[in-house]
Amino acid sequence: MSDPARALSAVLGHGSAHEGAHHWRVQRLTALALLGLGPWFIVSLALLPDFSYASVQGLLSGACNSTLLSLLVLCLCWHSQLGVQVVVEDYVRGAARMATLIVSAFLHVLLAALGVLAVLRVAFAH
Amino acid sequence: MAHRPLSPHVFIYRFAYTMALSILHRATGVVLSLGIVLLVSFLMAVAAGSASYERFVHFAGSLPMRILIGGCIVAFCYHLANGIRHLFWDLSWGMERAQARRSAAVVVVVTVVASALLLWVFFAHGGAMP
Repeated sequence: MSDPARALSAVLGHGSAHEGAHHWRVQRLTALALLGLGPWFIVSLALLPDFSYASVQGLLSGACNSTLLSLLVLCLCWHSQLGVQVVVEDYVRGAARMATLIVSAFLHVLLAALGVLAVLRVAFAH
Repeated sequence: MAHRPLSPHVFIYRFAYTMALSILHRATGVVLSLGIVLLVSFLMAVAAGSASYERFVHFAGSLPMRILIGGCIVAFCYHLANGIRHLFWDLSWGMERAQARRSAAVVVVVTVVASALLLWVFFAHGGAMP
């Protein structure tokens, strides 16, 4: 199994639910997207002359930035959901596990919806 | 049942700083999950207009919020740098012990430099944050 591509293809489509490495893959793909989107957003914020409403609103509006920002929110929530799921599965025992997983999933979807809606509201403000 | 050895056998190993870095990846990930709440609140505040944004800025200027924001900035830098290390491992690059130790040192240096720069910009430079 020294060849990672062969190691990957050996597990794809396997597992009890026949989804194999789906969780693993999406975690890596969102990580890759966030590698670009995360630094883009934090550097854009840092480069603002100040954090006045006008400056921040200027950064958040505009078709290009709104698109990137909604992608950032979606990738963050998806990546976070996958990560928190693994942490909960590792450390939470018994009946609390499923409850925590459900709450976490709902909260992540809620955050994604609220975040994208806020980005759209800023984009279509005028 | 409770006393059987459970994998991973964390406590039978001599402590290495790469172990601390490994668990820090999870810890910073969880902190950053909380940071999403912060980011979405920020976006919602901007969306709701200038008055609500001013309230958010005032709220973000309180000491606990400044600590949370600062913590998220450091966690972001660490999780990003160490995440790149993980992605290289996924390609099975740099898995030898000496390489893993070297990349760990690089991650720490990158985190310290990038965090210091961002914290300076966000908190000190030009009074950008109240």
